[in-house]
This record gives sequence, C-alpha cells and structure tokens, in this order.
Amino acid sequence: MMRGLIGKKIGMTQVFGDRGIMIPVTVVDAGPCVVTQVKIESIDGYSAVQLGFGERKEKHTNKPMKGMFNKANTTPKRILSEFAPIQGFDYKVGQEFGASIFKEGDIVNVTGTSKGKGFAGVMKRHGFAGGPKSHGQREYDRSPGSIGQGSDPSRVYKGMRMAGHMGVEKVTVKNLEIIRVDGEKNQLLIKGAVPGVQNSFILIKK
Amino acid sequence: MNKLNEAVQEQLKTDLPVFNSGDTVELDVRVVEGGKERIQKYQGVVIGRKGGGIEETMTVRKISNGVGVERIFPIHSPMLANINVIRRGKVRRAKLNYLRKLSGKATRIAEKR
Repeated sequence: MMRGLIGKKIGMTQVFGDRGIMIPVTVVDAGPCVVTQVKIESIDGYSAVQLGFGERKEKHTNKPMKGMFNKANTTPKRILSEFAPIQGFDYKVGQEFGASIFKEGDIVNVTGTSKGKGFAGVMKRHGFAGGPKSHGQREYDRSPGSIGQGSDPSRVYKGMRMAGHMGVEKVTVKNLEIIRVDGEKNQLLIKGAVPGVQNSFILIKK
Repeated sequence: MNKLNEAVQEQLKTDLPVFNSGDTVELDVRVVEGGKERIQKYQGVVIGRKGGGIEETMTVRKISNGVGVERIFPIHSPMLANINVIRRGKVRRAKLNYLRKLSGKATRIAEKR
C-alpha cells in the first residue's frame, strides 16, 4: 500500500453528518497515481516510491522523462512526487494506486501551494496589531511601528518581519479527517480547508 | 462546480415541495432528547431563502407568545423530516425583512390565488 497520494483540489462544499451536523469538506480528486520509479538503497542511496499524477502533453515531455514513462508503461504525468515506502510491500513500476488506500476516519496531512496574496502589509502577513485608529492619529493605522533601536546597533536586525510578498508557498495542514472515500471515482472528502486554489495539485499523506 | 455538486448529490432531497418567500410552512423538526427522537412542529412564514444546492437555507419567522422568533433551517438537513406548505403568500420581495418592524395586523400577507 501507499502512505500517500497526489491529488487535485476541486473545491469546498458541505455534507451532513450524524444528527444533521454540517461538516465543511474539501472535495479532492486523488488518483489514479502511477508508480513511475522505485528508488532503492543500493542504487539511489535511499528508498522511495515515485508517483505520477495528472496528464502532461507529449510535446512538453523531454526525452529522458519519456523514457521513464515508457518504462512504467503509462502516459506522461504532470506531477511527480516521492513517498516513503512501506516496508515489506513489493512496489512495481507501473502499479496504480487510487483513493481507496484511504478509509473513512483516517487522519491525513495535506500539503499544497497557498494562494498568492501579492505584496502584503505586516498586519496581514505577520498578524501585527497596527497602530491606533483614533485619538488624533493619522497615517499609522496599519504601520509596523518601530523596527529596532537607535545608534546602537545602528542597523535593522536580519529577519525583521516587514511587508512583502505573501502566499504561493508550500503549506502543510495537519490532522485533517477523511469524511468519505469514493474508490470508483477516486474522490476524497476531507474535513476542513486545504491549501491552494481550486484545481491545484496537493499531496495527501497518512 | 459540477464535480462539487456531484459529490454531495446523494444528500440532496428530491421530494422538496415548491415554496417561496411569503409562504406559511409547517416543519417537522427531528429533536433528539436523551437518546430518544421525536418530531417537533414549527410553523411560520418563510421570510427568505439563501444559497443553493446542499448549502441552501431558509429563514422561518413566527410570533411565539408575543415574541418574534426566527429559525434558519438548512433545507436539505436530515433533521428536517418534512416541509408542509400550508398557505401561499403573495409578496413582492424575495426577502421579507420588513416584517420584523411590523406587528399585529400589518404582518398579514395576502394569499396567492
């Protein structure tokens, strides 16, 4: 079996649980993922299972990649990702894994690329409180305030939290519950939100 | 969007009556008390419907002991056993929030013929 899958975020909706409780869920298309390569200690220096997911156009696939996909007897895949293997399981190149590796009630971690927020100020980016909004104040209501001391040290320390680009970074949300598994459609309903825009690729790990 | 709707298709009610704002409805609400389930009736005027698909809700207003009570029900909730339309009202708004400011005779809604 696999420890995780590559999936595609479809969007959020809600389902009714026990006693009519509303559960917010993210619909994820997970799989079918194809094993494109099995890395082993003696050759690669570590062991891993590489999965491929999503369609990639033939013309966007270079020759070495094509060779790899041919070996796995599959079409070119858009996303490749490595997962730690489960000891004792015999992985074969070309093998397929679907959403049914998960079951309802499983707890998973989901990794994705967060939505881009552009150039964001310190209140949005770092959760600063901003300045006073009244009592004769002007121009300081979203400012960071002091960024350091005076003539000693005469400089701003490295890593000072300031305004700048926010989002489009790797984000992992831990301990999300799997509400429903549809093995036929390779679809998962995961409780709560997962990072990223709709139709973006995510990693789901047990 | 389609894939989202498909994912929750099985939880959608297919036997919903047609009703709109201004209609008087009687709802059978499932109430669980001490492990036992019973049906509680709730009757009032629908003053608005909101959202679509499985997320659709309705606001039902009634006057209980002289106090205005509004409850918001998810239309597709399994806790809503039955929706019974008692009276069709003739109104010119989708949201009847103006009813909150009115009392007594002024809150009457003409019946649709």
